[in-house]
Amino acid sequence: MRILSFLLFLILVSCKNEPKQNEQLAKSEDNSIEQSMELEVYDYEGLKKYLTTTSDKTYVVNFWATWCAPCVKELPSFEALNSKYGSENVEVILVSLDFPNKYESKLKPFIKEKGLKSKVVALNDTDSNMWIPKINENWSGAIPATLIFNKNKRQFYEQSFTYDELETEVKQFLK
Amino acid sequence: MYPIKTFIATLAIVIGSVFTSSTGYKVGDIATDFKLKNIDGKMVSLADYKDAKGYIVIFTCNTCPYAVAYEDRIVALDKKYASKGYPVIAIMPNNTDVKPGDNMEAMKARAKAKGFTFPYLMDEGQKIYPQYGATKTPHVYLLQKTKKGNEVKYIGAIDDNYQDAAAVKTKYVENAVDALLSGKEIKEKETRAIGCSIKV
Repeated sequence: MRILSFLLFLILVSCKNEPKQNEQLAKSEDNSIEQSMELEVYDYEGLKKYLTTTSDKTYVVNFWATWCAPCVKELPSFEALNSKYGSENVEVILVSLDFPNKYESKLKPFIKEKGLKSKVVALNDTDSNMWIPKINENWSGAIPATLIFNKNKRQFYEQSFTYDELETEVKQFLK
Repeated sequence: MYPIKTFIATLAIVIGSVFTSSTGYKVGDIATDFKLKNIDGKMVSLADYKDAKGYIVIFTCNTCPYAVAYEDRIVALDKKYASKGYPVIAIMPNNTDVKPGDNMEAMKARAKAKGFTFPYLMDEGQKIYPQYGATKTPHVYLLQKTKKGNEVKYIGAIDDNYQDAAAVKTKYVENAVDALLSGKEIKEKETRAIGCSIKV
């Protein structure tokens, strides 16, 4: 019986991970709930203020989306970094690339469910050929991608991170 | 002795990273042909298309919202350009153990539902996409048949608006194919767009 229920659990979990295939991107949906949560939405011009600094802080800017499995997988590492290194002048900013018609139905519920403590902003700028090279010349556009910078140093990573890898990189900026 | 060893080791790492970061095709390179399984069970190669002037090779998949957003536009590209000598060849590069929603059965179902008019090939063993240097879906490589082989003429995005086909200002791929068809220089040879990283 126990094995059966475990199997059932597995099936349920794997069903949950199945992507929805017939989602209409143009159609906005489900505006009724989660309206209360504030979400900062920017185009590239608006986002720029989060991409440079003159202060002593080190910023870890992670580009992600709720539909991006490797992004979701590495989020806990960024959350852990944000809480552990907050006192050492490190701030994590999670830049969501979710589609605008998913802000209410996917992004906001996700932020709430996961209890994300890092700052989340959404980037809505379809002219990605303009802004991708401005964020980093070598970025192909694949996510997850992460930018770490302070006033002296800047490094871009088109890769996934484990917590240890992320901590090692950030420590380079705190020297 | 130790510092020299460290130096050599560092050098090896630096050289290694230079080589890994420069893998994949640049515009002007000759692209490899392949023999990949289509959704109808047959093997497809570029060389099978005797009358083609070139190919619109698109790495795409079922499970990436950006790829899904472009499906209708990929079908439209094939309808517009296959008869002019530039058919779409779609290749699904993901590891299907990681993304079961991209397996052959799912590819068949998706192609049927969306009325794909072009081959939708499985990059089995994930050998082809790294040679091209594709990093994400969708990722376009426009090839032109030349005496040297299939020359890469354009790499990048389909157009400049992934959210809304009606709001597109610049159709990068169409402009590039039109330029090739009229013997003109392609204005934008490389563009970038957000996409889903290829699952390994």
